[in-house]
Order: sequence, then C-alpha cells, then structure tokens
Amino acid sequence: MLTENDVYALWITLKLASITTIILLIIGTPIAWWLAKSRWRYKFLIEAVIALPLVLPPTVLGFYLLIALGPHGPIGGMMQALGGQSLAFTFTGLVIGSVFYSMPFVIQPLQNAFYAMGTRPMEVAATLGASPLNRFFTIAIPLARSGFLTATVLGFAHTLGEFGVVLMIGGNIPGATQVISIAIYDHVEALEYTQAHWISGSLLLLSFFMLMMVYAFNRRFMVVRT
Amino acid sequence: MSIEAQFYIDRGDFSLDININIPSSGVTAIFGASGCGKTTLLRAIAGLEPDCQGSLTVGDEQWQSKHYSLPPHKRSIGYVFQEPSLFSHLNVQENLDYGRKRSHSSRSKISLKHTIQLLDLGHLLDRKPHQLSGGEQQRVAIARALAVSPAMLLLDEPLAALDMLRKQEILPYLDSLQKEFKIPLLYVSHSREEVAHLADYLILLDKGRIQATGSVTELFSRLDLPLAYGSKTETVITAKVIGYDKEFELNFLDFSSGYFSVIGKPLSLGSHTRLQILARDVSITLEHQSKTSILNIFPAIIDDMRNEGSAQITVRLMIGTMAILARITRKSASDLGLTIGLCVYAQVKTVALLS
Repeated sequence: MLTENDVYALWITLKLASITTIILLIIGTPIAWWLAKSRWRYKFLIEAVIALPLVLPPTVLGFYLLIALGPHGPIGGMMQALGGQSLAFTFTGLVIGSVFYSMPFVIQPLQNAFYAMGTRPMEVAATLGASPLNRFFTIAIPLARSGFLTATVLGFAHTLGEFGVVLMIGGNIPGATQVISIAIYDHVEALEYTQAHWISGSLLLLSFFMLMMVYAFNRRFMVVRT
Repeated sequence: MSIEAQFYIDRGDFSLDININIPSSGVTAIFGASGCGKTTLLRAIAGLEPDCQGSLTVGDEQWQSKHYSLPPHKRSIGYVFQEPSLFSHLNVQENLDYGRKRSHSSRSKISLKHTIQLLDLGHLLDRKPHQLSGGEQQRVAIARALAVSPAMLLLDEPLAALDMLRKQEILPYLDSLQKEFKIPLLYVSHSREEVAHLADYLILLDKGRIQATGSVTELFSRLDLPLAYGSKTETVITAKVIGYDKEFELNFLDFSSGYFSVIGKPLSLGSHTRLQILARDVSITLEHQSKTSILNIFPAIIDDMRNEGSAQITVRLMIGTMAILARITRKSASDLGLTIGLCVYAQVKTVALLS
C-alpha cells in the first residue's frame, strides 16, 4: 500500500492545495469583483494575464517562477537581502507557484458569479442604507455563493494535480516539496505499479467526488468562461 | 420640507437638464414617454447616477452640490424598483428587516407591523422570494422600502412588470400608503391610468426636459399638452361627498362650482373622492335640456378648442373655476357654431369614481 513517503507527499499536497485555495479566495475575491464591475478600457489585459495559466505549459510558468524566486531573481533576491532564504525548492515557493497556476480557476467562477448578479441587488441594498463594504458582505458574497463553491473546489482540485510547476520550482524533495502527482511519477519510473495504482485511484475518486459536488449544487457550470 | 432639484446629465445621445421643486406632500407623478428620463431623474434623486451634476436639497439637508454628493446609503429614501428585486438569499421577514436594521432615520418610525398589515404580508413572512407571485413580491418590495422610515418614497413604475390583475391588486395599497404614512411619494409612470388614480401633482418630462408641472386636475385639462390627445382623454376632479339618495342610490359630490350625482354605494360623508370624466362622455348643448336622461348638466363657457385628428375636436369647458374636456365631432362644433367664449351647457353622461 502507501509508503511513508507517499503519506508525506499526500499530506504536503493537501496542505498545499488548502493554503493555495485560501490565499486565492482572499486575493481573488476583490480582483474578481473589480473585473466583473469595472468598465476600464484595458481590463482585457488583466483578464488575459489571469487566464494565461489555462493555456501556458506549466513548465514555462515554472521556469519563470524559478528564475524569479531563485537567489538571483527579483523575489528570491529580495528575500535573501532581507535575511531570508531563496524561495526556490521550498514549500513557500510551491505555494507561490500554485497561486499563479490555479488563479484562473478561482477568479473566473467568482467573476462570472459577480457579473451574473448584475448591479441591481447592490443598488437596492444601498437604498436600504447599507454601506459599500456592508453590502458586499451581506449581499454580494451570499448571492455569489455558488461561484464561491465552484472556485473553492476547482482551485483545490487543480492544485492537487499540479505537476510541471512543482517539478520546476519545488524540485522533488521527499518529505519537503514532493507532491502526490510526482510521487506517482516516481513510482512508475521505479516500476512500482501497485503503489501508483493505489494513489492514482484515490486521486481519481477524490477529484470525481469534488466535481460531482460542484455539479450537484450548480446546474449551470462551466470550467472556462466562453 | 421642500425638495429642490437641479440636475444635469450629458450622455451624448441622451441629456437631462431640469430644475424643479417637488411638493413635499402627496403623490407626485413623473410622467412621460419611454426614454424621456423619468427613471434617470428618480435615480438621480436616490444618488444612483454617479455622472449626475447639479444640486439637490431636501428640507434643510443638502444631498448634492457642486463638489459633493451624499452617497445613496446615507439618503433617507425608500426606493421601489420596477422589478421587485428582493434579495433571493433572504426570506420575506429578513428582506423587510434588511433596511429597517440599517435605518438611522430621526423621523417618526413607520411601524413594520402596521406596514405588514397594510400590505397584507403576514402569511408570507417565512417564504423565500421565489415562492411568491409577482404581485406579492412587489408588495414586499414596497414594505421593505417603507420600513426604512424614509423622508420620501421613490417608486419606479412599480406596476409595469405586473399583469392587469396584479395591478388592480396593488393600486389600492399604493393609494392607502400616502394617506397612512404622510410621506411624499414620487412615482414614475408612463400609464395615464395610474397617474389619474394616484397622483396629486404631475411632472411632465419630454426628452430630458420638463414640459409642464402642476396639479393633475390642471394638467389633464390643458389642451396645449400631449395629455389632451388620444382616445382616452379624460379630466380628473377631486370632489367632496355631501349627501346620498337612498332611493336611487346616488352620491352627491360637490366640486368648486356645483355637484355631481354619481350612482354607487354610499360614500362616507365629508370625505374627498377622485372622479374621472372621459372627454367622449361629455356633450355640449346650446340650451339647457330638461327632458333628458342625463343627470349632470352644468352651464359652462368654452375656454379653448383643438382639433383631434380630422373629424373630431376637443373642447375645454369652464364650469365656474373647474375645467373639463369634451370630445365632439367637428361637424357638431360647426353646426352649433361653437367659438371660444360662448356660453353653453355641458352634459356629463358618465362620471367614474377613481378612489
């Protein structure tokens, strides 16, 4: 069955997916709101940047992140100057990479939900005496709850399956940065098909159940906005 | 309290440029064709049009000036949108509480219990909006706006999205609102029927400009305004109940220069009621007809005449100080030799009670 390393990898993967999803929900909500409501002419530039991970080979994203996070990159260099360590090959680095990698999967459902809501509910709340922040929390977020469910599940599930980005910036350090998808790869490389079967099967079921939940709650659901 | 508004909006294909004093009591209707800026004017008063320039003073509060605009959530208004727009994640009670909890109105509180009773919502409080009919939803929306205890209630065609039956269901509620709560109602409508029913005062808008303002009685009887044209031209009059004839079931309703006899159940003595007289139900004779079935005949002076199409003419008649409109054929007008200033008799065939 599962080796000790596999359990570690699973634990790191779940931790990574949870932290990434939480961070994305926190920074993604205001961005999604702005994208849904703004009439700025060049909004499409931001939208394109956020959607990039949908089409970009993960290795490309990983390559640039490696450079940025490494000791000579702008972020890694800054971290070192502040007395920390370079972020490449660390769990923090993995989180940063995953946040970029899974960003469209969280922002797009939120943006769609905020957009579909229209301006009316917020106007009504304003005439009823609710301040902008107050109406955002009492009206916009509850009305967009199906969007939040979709965003959470997709962000989580997508981070679970991360491979290329992790390999590039996390290395493959068992017990530190080795995630489950890479563990499967290693098992296959070593011709340990039983282990690979066990992990793959569990991931398959987990992914299926999460998506089933989303579809059960949201009748009109699309991964990518058309 | 007075409401003074001076608004200016320029959006290229549409502009609004108005300067008005809105009565601080009664029902004021903003009336005009689609796209004339009625809704925009109402939204500007609520602070929902960020590109609106100008000034707005409500009582002794400045809501908008050149460099300042009070945000909508700080304006003491109740706003009823065209669609009920209830919050779908809250039930009826929670919808009603949403504004009431956030209201910091210093005005005498409107009791929510009373509003629920008046709008007949008691049995709906636990329901979610999607479990209500369109008429019920709109009643909840009206109650929700009232629960804020606003300084004025703004209604944007609250009946437009409803069918005839639902309209008949809500009209009486709207009618009683003003009488019960004594707050000014500002009502946007493009239905002259609703206006005739509800409004005391009228603001006529045309392409973002004010065409005329005045009492409903006055504006409905003016021949220089588009209201006097079309097949449903009517006069609206407020009269006082002064008596009742039991034998023939007739109410006697006094207006400034005479009284109407109107069939129906007895109305409460001394109360004011609104009457509607269709122009096509008024005929003109040169002599007083005594052998006629028509009950309501008054001496009148022809004040103004305008052609309606090529075969008909609309005549404005003054009965003392009150004006009513008559729609007759051009041939009759010519045969009778009607001219402005002529003394005639107005025969009113049907008088309808509006309230």
